[in-house]
Amino acid sequence: METMSRKQTEELQLEHLKQVVSHCYNNVPFYHQRLDEAGVTPEKIKTLSDVQYIPFTTKEDIRDNYPYGLFAVPMKKIVRIHASSGTTGKPTVVGYTRKDLDTWSELIARLVTAAGCTEEDVAQICFGYGLFTGALGLHYGLEKIGAAVVPISSGNTKKQLMVMKDFGTTTIISTPSYALYMGEQARELGYKKEDFKLRIGLFGSEGSSVEMRSQIEELWGLLATDNYGLSEVMGPGVSGDCHLREGMHIAEDHFLTELIDPKTGTVLPVGETGELVITTLTKEGIPLLRYRTKDITRFNTEPCGCGRTSMRMDKIKGRTDDMLKIRGVNVFPTQIESVLMNIEKIGPHYELIVRRDGYMDTLEVKVEVIDGSLLERYRELERLQADIRENLKSVLGIICKVTLAEPKSITRYEGKAKRIVDLRNQ
Amino acid sequence: MFIKQISIFVENQPGRLAEITGILGQNGVDIRAVSIADTTDFGILRIVVDNPKKAYEVLKEADFTVTLTDVIAIGFEDRPGGLAEALNVLESQKISVEYMYAFISREGKTAYVILRVSSNEDAIRILQEKNVRVVAPEEIYNM
Repeated sequence: METMSRKQTEELQLEHLKQVVSHCYNNVPFYHQRLDEAGVTPEKIKTLSDVQYIPFTTKEDIRDNYPYGLFAVPMKKIVRIHASSGTTGKPTVVGYTRKDLDTWSELIARLVTAAGCTEEDVAQICFGYGLFTGALGLHYGLEKIGAAVVPISSGNTKKQLMVMKDFGTTTIISTPSYALYMGEQARELGYKKEDFKLRIGLFGSEGSSVEMRSQIEELWGLLATDNYGLSEVMGPGVSGDCHLREGMHIAEDHFLTELIDPKTGTVLPVGETGELVITTLTKEGIPLLRYRTKDITRFNTEPCGCGRTSMRMDKIKGRTDDMLKIRGVNVFPTQIESVLMNIEKIGPHYELIVRRDGYMDTLEVKVEVIDGSLLERYRELERLQADIRENLKSVLGIICKVTLAEPKSITRYEGKAKRIVDLRNQ
Repeated sequence: MFIKQISIFVENQPGRLAEITGILGQNGVDIRAVSIADTTDFGILRIVVDNPKKAYEVLKEADFTVTLTDVIAIGFEDRPGGLAEALNVLESQKISVEYMYAFISREGKTAYVILRVSSNEDAIRILQEKNVRVVAPEEIYNM
C-alpha cells in the first residue's frame, strides 16, 4: 500500500470515492439532501477530480447533527464513540464500526513503524484517555506492532518522569509542548539525560515548529516525529513523519486530500499553501465528504527517500482560526515560535496577546528571561528585547511589543497549549 | 576583595519586591543595600546581603532569574568630596563605572559605595594605591 504507483493509488481512490459517496447518499439524510441540492448524485462521480463538485462539510454541520445525525450505519454496528473537546460549544461526536477501528489501528501501526518504532519499544502514552482520540488511537496501533504500551494518560509530571525512568520508556507520545515541559521538569528534579532511554517521540494534536522540535530533541536526546489527524475524520493516523521527517506521509488509500483557498473554496494545485480538505474513503461509521479541517499546509508529491510513494504534507503551518490578522498582515503563531526558538537566554514558552488600541491592532509577545547572565548589565536586557523585536519584524513584517517576563510566569499546558489571547473583541 | 552582589530580574508588577524581600527574610538573609533600575515593564533588583550564597539559592529555588556579580565596596568617613576623589581616580585610569549605589553603616560614621566597574582588578589596585579604602567582603557581610 505504501509503495503503490501514483496510477494505482488514484485508481484505488476513485473506486473508494464512488463507494463512499454512495454510502453517504444512501445512508445519511443530510448528505442525501446536500448532494441532491448540488446535483452531484453518486453516478456523476467519474473521475477523482469530480470530487470538487461535492459541497464541503464543516464542523458546524457535524454539530448541527449532534450527536448521531451523520452516522451512516445503525447503532448496532457502532462499537466505539469518541468526541472532540467541544471547547466552543457542543462536542463533535464520531462513531466507529469494528472495521473502522481495524483500519485505525492499521494506520497507526504504519505511522509508528515509519517513525522507527518496533516491538522492542516501551511506549508511554501521555495523552489523556477518554473521549479524545489521541490516546486510544495510538494505543491500539502501538499494540498492533507489538510495542509495550504504558497507558499512563496525561498529567502528574513527576509520576510521568518516574515511570519513564523506571519502566525504561523508549517512545513517548504527547503534545510537543508537554514534551518540552516534561523535559524542563526533569532537569529541575535533577534527572539526567542518561536516566532515560527515550529514542523516539511521536508528537501530535498540536502544531510545532522545526525549531521547537530541535529543542525537544536536545532536551531528551530522541528523534522527534510529528503525526497528524483530527477526530472528525478518524483521529491520529491521517499522516505522519517517516524517520527522514521531510513531510508527513498521507494515508492516501483511506483519505482523499485536497488543498483549497480558505476564502474562495477553490482547489489549489500541488505546491501551494492552503486549507486541507479531507474525504474519508473507507470509513463506515461516520464518512465525511470534503471535510474542511481549517488546518493550513502544503502538499509534496516528490518521491521520499524512505521509499514510500505517498503524497506528503508539510507540518501544519497554522489554523485558519489561529491565523491572526494584525493590521492587515496574516500572522501565524508558528512563525513567531520559529523566531523565538532561535533566541538564546529565553525559555521555550511564550504567549501572544492581541489588543485593539484605538483603530490599531497591537501584538504583544511575552517571553521568559531565564539566563542570569543578562542581569550583569541593564542594556543586555534591552538588547535582548530589541533583538527579538527586530527578528520578529523581519519575519512578520510588523512591529510587536516584546515583554520580558519572569520564569514560570507563562501558563504551562499538559494538553494543547493555548498561546493566544485575543482581546480585540472584548 | 570582591563583594558578591545578587541581581534579580523583576517584572514591574505590584507586590514583586515585597515577595522577594519576604523570601529573603523568611530564610534569615539580611539585606545590607538595595538598588533597582527599572523601566515601565521590568527591572533589575540588585542587593548586597550578609549571606549571598544562601540568598542566591533561595531565590533560584523560588524560580527567579538570579545572578551573582562581583562588585567592589569602598568606604569613607562621611565628609564632602570623598566620593568625587575616588571616582576621579577611576576615571584617570579609564575605568568606567557601570552603576553604583551607597549606604551608611549602622553607627552612621562610614559611607559605603558599591561599585560595578569595567575592570575590578585594575580598580582595586588603583584605588588602594591612591589610599581609597577598599572594604573587605567580611566587613559588609558581618556588619
